[in-house]
Amino acid sequence: MDAMIKTPVAPSAPRIAREKPLKIKARNVDVYYGDKHAINDLSIDIPDSAVSAFIGPSGCGKSTFLRSINRMNDTIPSCRITGNVEIDGRDIYDKTLDVVQLRARIGMVFQKPNPFPKSIYENVAYGPKIHGLAKNKAELEEIVVTSLKKAGLFEEVKDRLDHSGTSLSGGQQQRLCIARAIAVNPEVILMDEPCSALDPIATARIEELIDELRQNFCIVIVTHSMQQAARVSQLTAFFHLGNLVEVGDTDDIFTSPRDKRTQDYITGRFG
Amino acid sequence: MSGTYFVILAVLVGAGFLLGAQRARGLRSDTGSALHSLPAYHGLYIAAAVLTVMMAIYVMAAPLAEHYVLRQAFGAFDPSIIAEQLQRDATLRDIQNLVAGSYQGEPSDTLKAGAAAYASASSLAFWGLNGLGVLAGLAVIFWGLSRIQPELRARNQFEHFVKYVLLACSAVAVLTTIGILLSVVFEAAQFFSKISPIDFLFGLQWSPQTAMRADQVGSSGVFGIVPLIVGTLLITIIAMLVAGPLGLFSAIYMAEYATPPIRAIVKPILEILAGIPTVVLGFFAALTVAPLIRSSGQSLGFDVASESALAAGLVMGMMIIPFVSSLSDDVINAVPQSLRDGSYAMGATKSETIKKVVLPAALPGIVSAFMLAISRAIGETMIVVMAAGLAANLTFNPLAAVTTVTVQIKTLLVGDQEFDSAKTLSAFALGLVLFFFTLALNYIALKIVQRYREQYD
Repeated sequence: MDAMIKTPVAPSAPRIAREKPLKIKARNVDVYYGDKHAINDLSIDIPDSAVSAFIGPSGCGKSTFLRSINRMNDTIPSCRITGNVEIDGRDIYDKTLDVVQLRARIGMVFQKPNPFPKSIYENVAYGPKIHGLAKNKAELEEIVVTSLKKAGLFEEVKDRLDHSGTSLSGGQQQRLCIARAIAVNPEVILMDEPCSALDPIATARIEELIDELRQNFCIVIVTHSMQQAARVSQLTAFFHLGNLVEVGDTDDIFTSPRDKRTQDYITGRFG
Repeated sequence: MSGTYFVILAVLVGAGFLLGAQRARGLRSDTGSALHSLPAYHGLYIAAAVLTVMMAIYVMAAPLAEHYVLRQAFGAFDPSIIAEQLQRDATLRDIQNLVAGSYQGEPSDTLKAGAAAYASASSLAFWGLNGLGVLAGLAVIFWGLSRIQPELRARNQFEHFVKYVLLACSAVAVLTTIGILLSVVFEAAQFFSKISPIDFLFGLQWSPQTAMRADQVGSSGVFGIVPLIVGTLLITIIAMLVAGPLGLFSAIYMAEYATPPIRAIVKPILEILAGIPTVVLGFFAALTVAPLIRSSGQSLGFDVASESALAAGLVMGMMIIPFVSSLSDDVINAVPQSLRDGSYAMGATKSETIKKVVLPAALPGIVSAFMLAISRAIGETMIVVMAAGLAANLTFNPLAAVTTVTVQIKTLLVGDQEFDSAKTLSAFALGLVLFFFTLALNYIALKIVQRYREQYD
């Protein structure tokens, strides 16, 4: 019975996709910025409760596809998208779907930490407040504290929750942004090169955090660092010039890539 | 005298530049060694030195020369004439006319002697000043040429010169402000020696008419500025009630909602509004808005004066909308897109994002836009003169005629006035009050901005 409801998975599909339920399904996605064809006929299955990494050289379309998952590309007037993206079997580009509610279910962490110029507390409380997730002050505080704890930031900031979010260091700011994203209890967390502006110690801290969060969230991360992809992800997708070249279990991609371009990229021959 | 000097100055500065640059180029081709600075900098180095020295000589020597000429010219006259400012000026005009050959009537012997002394002293001063300038300029050029070597750091030296030129330019603005303040303070001090500051600042009645001659029947004048301050505040508040929301909301529309083509049309049109002369807006207020308010007010059963604070305030509000909208639009645009993206990604709508993220981040700029608009409203005269009247009524009723500080200053100083009566001098006291009023507003605005600033980087 159960097996009939689940989307059938081909035997050649990655192991992680067979072990975990399907979360995001994209079919024949094309994205254009004006005349520029940024993504060409992309299809991918992204599993729940796992970390999926998008790797590839700059301008290969990995960030563009990431921003198509929570429809952030809608804010760019020249952007046009065709094809089909489903989350839990629901088409997110359906006309009747409310984009604001969609984004409330999908957290996003950006390349450069972008805490709001408000207090640490207000930064985390922002999402719960606009979506009415807390009935009273005590509940709101509970959400803020839990989110900061999950993001591994609470111990460092518990005495100064009223200080400005922008007064924190870069790594702390990025963890604050993660706390802000998980405060609304999303199902998916998108991360667009979350460590590219951070030093190695702060990066290690975020990577640990990503590994912990994997238990409860579907995480998609875009990264320029192949080591990072190898360390944190279970599924890796390699993009090149707007094409999705290869998807597979992270172990397989880094040890026995099937495509020559993937091999060239991970061995450092280009990119 | 000065014209010739500055022509010489320009010629020597140009010559210094050309000679310096040429010498440096020659040095490069002769010795083949690399220069520390480009030849043009050697030229600029000499030109700057010539300019500095010759300007310094002019600033010091020109007053001395003038003083010498006057002393020679007045030598033949009775010292009592020289002591009296008016007579002294009249005599000097006579002497100058006589020298120029345009003197009417038969000059006295003393005047002739004075004119002769004036003419010879003038020519001596002319040759002395210009000769000194030429000598100094040439000396500086030769000194500069002798200093030109490959190692000379002409580029760095010129950088110092630039720094001082820029410093001097900003000093002009600061000194002018101080000068304006001082000129107002001295006149106001004369006023306060006639009228007590307490009566002035806290008096509830304003009636500046005073008798100009002893035989005239007239009141002695009452100078209480409270009605003027209240009138100013009333009109400013009305204007800001119009311009604040309209300006801010149109800024939000232009910055966040308008598509680029719409923005390209709307923004210039709004800025044209700022370019309409206030006198035109004034008769719009007096001939169109005021009668409209009066007739609609009367049909509702209100008693409306034909000139009302409301008419002036409404039109003034229209006038300052562009200040609020244009500046607010700029600061809203300066808020980083990453903050908006962060908010949208949290599932916030556009208006939630603007209300909770964009506007708080842009607040300091928006407050300063409002403060600029308020200063503009307080200082505006023409619209109020034409639409709000001159009656110094102490009232908060926007339908009554009121007057403002600036209107009274204008009224007090227009036409033939005695310059030592309390009536005329009160204009300067009003100016001083206005100065401190806007100063206080700016200070408050600064504090507000510091208190509520939400820093983004």
